[in-house]
Amino acid sequence: MAPDGGGRYTFPMLTRRALIASALAAPAAAQVDLGFADNGLRPTTRAFPQKGEMILQRSTPPLLETPLSVFDAHDFTPNDRFFVRWHYPFPTSVDPAKHRLRIGGHVGKPLNLSLTDLAKLPRMAIAAVNQCAGNGRGLFNPRMAGAQWGNGAMGNALWEGVRLKDVLALAGIKPGAVAVRCGGLDTPLVEAAPDFEKSLPIDHALTDDVLIAWGMNGQPLPLLNGFPLRLVVPGWYSTYWVKMLDHIEVLDKADEGFWMAKAYLQPANALADIAPGAPAGPRVPVTIMRPRAVITNIADNAKLPPRGFTPVQGVALGGDQGVKTVELSADGGRNWVPAQLGPDHGRFSFRRFRGALALPLGKHIIMARATNAAGVMQPLNQNWNSSGYNRAGVDPVRVEIA
Amino acid sequence: MRLALALAALALIAAAPPTKRLAVELPDAEGLLPERYGVSSEAVNNNCLACHSAAMITAQPRLSRVQWGETIAKMRTVYAAPIDTADDKAILDWLVAD
Repeated sequence: MAPDGGGRYTFPMLTRRALIASALAAPAAAQVDLGFADNGLRPTTRAFPQKGEMILQRSTPPLLETPLSVFDAHDFTPNDRFFVRWHYPFPTSVDPAKHRLRIGGHVGKPLNLSLTDLAKLPRMAIAAVNQCAGNGRGLFNPRMAGAQWGNGAMGNALWEGVRLKDVLALAGIKPGAVAVRCGGLDTPLVEAAPDFEKSLPIDHALTDDVLIAWGMNGQPLPLLNGFPLRLVVPGWYSTYWVKMLDHIEVLDKADEGFWMAKAYLQPANALADIAPGAPAGPRVPVTIMRPRAVITNIADNAKLPPRGFTPVQGVALGGDQGVKTVELSADGGRNWVPAQLGPDHGRFSFRRFRGALALPLGKHIIMARATNAAGVMQPLNQNWNSSGYNRAGVDPVRVEIA
Repeated sequence: MRLALALAALALIAAAPPTKRLAVELPDAEGLLPERYGVSSEAVNNNCLACHSAAMITAQPRLSRVQWGETIAKMRTVYAAPIDTADDKAILDWLVAD
């Protein structure tokens, strides 16, 4: 929903003159290879505010990916390396003292809350992974159109704020509520385009884990990650984690808006798996993330020197459950050995892992797979769907010891 | 580990919400797309770069003319992009220039 201005927010303009100027001034950039079958080279950039070196997927609206080396060094992804994903333009200047969160719809008492009002509610903190539903899309075979992410469209942070359910209780949900729709300050350039709004089923909106957060790893949210408020939906893909949150509407019927009814849909089976070219079949909104383990210290196609044991480490997530085990394979998934797990920051957090594999001279395919506390194991075979969502299978890493 | 402990401690402090205005400046976009294999980029530059910068196009895998046509249709029907239908051929010619 478009902000009313009034000095609270400022939107930038993308002008043709700026486009031409930047084309003429294109600097030589460092590149990373994301390991796609085709077109996987991307420049890195330090040009974005409050961000260090990021992989540039698109500058406007920004799509910035976190290099895997960042996950290799941290349990909590630093704010200045946390991935960024916007669909639409957003204000580049926000005054939190004037920011308001409107709560309306199917409630007894519509509200217009300041951050100071919110801060009077019980404050909560939770460690949780925020992962784009399309994380790893560029690694699928066959490929599909969309943001061509490697595995760096994810991050882990300690989120701090108040519970959505406590805010909803202030407004008083009327009987018959079925969903809670959330939107932020981002606004499409073309007026007729659908505003970016996402809905949680009412029972999920009322769980203890869903927060309205202003803090990220002990600091205010970076602007590019949703300053001053964002929704935090632990265990669910980041499409629900609405940034620059400024309105909440309780619905008494299903959300038929574009972003719930037509976008971010996946095949209606546990792995969101369908054969390439097969009819689409029934589809459902993406929601809960799958267990995944990502090796972060060895890049695909790496050449390494021989040593007794080769260290292998990375990060794992369990989806909406904790990580129970991570296993490593040196032979393409025939045999597995357990990895050692790092500190446990709660069931929604990254869990780092480390181990070592005996790799003789020659070529190897190494793997890591996660199993969560509910016993859901990452499958050896990669799932596939035409939107590139919910990548769930093991990611093989090719290594040559020479 | 030390970082983790420090962060766990922060959780107990329960930081207050921000109060100061945050204003940032975003970098320029990637610029205009060049001519490819003698095919003019004028139509793709004029129709596609108002809503997203050039990298959204150049980052894509190899897509067929039919797939690119579906993308143009989506931009028009879903995002209400004012793409002149008379420009479709010129846009597609550039996207699949080989």
